[in-house]
Amino acid sequence: MTQIAALRGRLERLGATVTSQVWRLGYASRFLAYLVLHSGTALRRFRLTIAEIYFAGVLSLVIILVSGLFVGMVLALQGYETLQRFGASESLGVLVALSLVRELGPVVAGLLFASRAGSAITAEIGLMKATEQISAMEMMAVDPIARVVAPRFWGGVISMPLLAALFSAAGIFGGYLVGVQLIGVDAGAFWSQMQAAVDLRNDIMNGVIKSVVFGVAVTWISVFEGYDAVPTAEGVSRATTRTVVTSSLAILALDFVLTALMFTGGNS
Amino acid sequence: MPQAPIVEIQDVSFGYDAARPVLRDINLSIARGAVVGIMGQSGCGKTTLLRIIMGAYLPSRGTARVLGRATAELDGAGLYDMRRRMGMLFQFGALFTDLSVYENVAFPLREHAALPDDLMHDLVMLKLQAVGLRGAAHLMPTELSGGMARRVALARSIALDPQLILYDEPFTGLDPISFGVIVRLIRSLNDSLGATSLIVTHDVQEALGVVDYVYFMAAGRVIAQGTPDEIRSSPEPFVNQFVNGKPDGPVPFHYPAPAYAADLEVAVA
Amino acid sequence: MNRSMIDLWVGVFVAVGFAALLFLALKVGNLATFSTDQSYQVHAKFANIGGLKVRGPVKSAGVVVGRVADIRFDNESYEAIVSMTLNVNYQFPRDTTAKILTSGILGEQYVGLEAGGDGVMLKHGDRVRLTQSAVVLENLISQFLFNKAAEGKEPAK
Repeated sequence: MTQIAALRGRLERLGATVTSQVWRLGYASRFLAYLVLHSGTALRRFRLTIAEIYFAGVLSLVIILVSGLFVGMVLALQGYETLQRFGASESLGVLVALSLVRELGPVVAGLLFASRAGSAITAEIGLMKATEQISAMEMMAVDPIARVVAPRFWGGVISMPLLAALFSAAGIFGGYLVGVQLIGVDAGAFWSQMQAAVDLRNDIMNGVIKSVVFGVAVTWISVFEGYDAVPTAEGVSRATTRTVVTSSLAILALDFVLTALMFTGGNS
Repeated sequence: MPQAPIVEIQDVSFGYDAARPVLRDINLSIARGAVVGIMGQSGCGKTTLLRIIMGAYLPSRGTARVLGRATAELDGAGLYDMRRRMGMLFQFGALFTDLSVYENVAFPLREHAALPDDLMHDLVMLKLQAVGLRGAAHLMPTELSGGMARRVALARSIALDPQLILYDEPFTGLDPISFGVIVRLIRSLNDSLGATSLIVTHDVQEALGVVDYVYFMAAGRVIAQGTPDEIRSSPEPFVNQFVNGKPDGPVPFHYPAPAYAADLEVAVA
Repeated sequence: MNRSMIDLWVGVFVAVGFAALLFLALKVGNLATFSTDQSYQVHAKFANIGGLKVRGPVKSAGVVVGRVADIRFDNESYEAIVSMTLNVNYQFPRDTTAKILTSGILGEQYVGLEAGGDGVMLKHGDRVRLTQSAVVLENLISQFLFNKAAEGKEPAK
């Protein structure tokens, strides 16, 4: 009898967890809607947003460029090994470019952005909440969501596609360095085959769309977790962890959905 | 003709959920120009009462009238309008850590008044001068001591010349000198601005020295009220214990526990 | 970091980001080819299009002269209708043959146009009458096996 009770207890708790997560998603969606509607300040006083683009975008440049470079170099190394077996080593450029532009650029840049900029945004907003700076702003009749949260949201959304493009560009350059300069693949074939195979609308545009979607998702999660954090040191630290984990999962899940929508199906 | 009180709390009860009321049947009235203290043990509900006066929470029962309007009737715009006429000093200052001292004090001015830079500069300097920190205008909050940070926060809270100034535990963690400074500032700012001040604190002796009237709270109710002298000589046992700092009394020394003999490992003969 | 330095760095960041996007579009992708020229459409019917895809190239003499715009199925003749967008600078005679060819041995498939000799050129909306379908590997293999079997029988006669 007690086993049934214990099982029922566990099921109830599972149900409660699921419902609370669903409720939280609804709450987060309302938060996003409010945030977007009250973005007037962030746009009118663009200085605020520019400062946030600096903190989210510019300060992520180093990690994005270096990572992109290395990813491209590894792609070229690994890709050459396999392509050479089919006598297709001249398609190395195609391999590197398509992998980066379609997938690795948006996804890896998104993951790096989530861990560097996303966690920083969450920590910042969470700490402002813990030290009552948010309450102080409310007391001074300033809407903290419009003044603090919205600029950070738009800063992240604007930075993300640019970072993804920079990642892909750095990666292609890294692939060129290893493929052409190091291994000796023909430079002309490298670039010309790449140009023939990479389609502006299908590949590059879709990659940009992906990075915009990821940017919105990651920044939304970051600002929400920060604003919703329990205002203690432990609460803020847990919120930053949640940001990184949830953002990463969201990026990978959205990547699957977007790839399925964009890159498969029919005669195209 | 007596002016309407700045703050009027009538039969207010409040609880975060219905089962556990935090405030019960509170009645309070604060006249214009007065410096009033709300005192009590930690957890007696005084900070919650402050939040209700601020308009952050709405009373579950009763009315809270602040600056002439009931908080329950205010819409978003009305709430912001009310808050622009209030200033609040948070427990540890709550300065914006990414802005300098000057920018912190200028913050409410920038958000609410479109002033030319030179006029804003003079206003900020005026407020900083009033709290004695005009020379620290270029420092960042992390470079300030606790007492200085609180003074800057005070300057920020009076930036828009509020009619009502709220203090949430203003004396916590201050050294005696900073203490004296804050005490002096509370009184002088109140009088020079023609404002009304409400101090929530559990620092009894110091607060009794600066306020005109005291409300004593315990377990969510007002159990005593009066002038500082009346409070000091109050027959109410809890007030007596609190004011004189006695370790035992209505608030017991021992946390509820089973019988001592039963709890000991070695049997008592 | 004062305001003007922040502005400067953000400006650099946005500029470099756009430069990266431009690099991807021009150097990596195929923006440089084809999108702004005038074009006209023709179609062709094939019994089997094999692995031809929309946006695949249409080549003549190995040079890309257009793109496959649309692939549909004709439910009455049970054939595939391929619509092609051709660059207006390249005109083809009415008796041009359209073949579905493969680049390399296992590469992607494309439409190859071999010009005929007719004096009148194809106009927008015309149909290319002479077509050759894709080579389907299974048919090739079964044909090869059939020929082999036929060869095997002959000497026995």
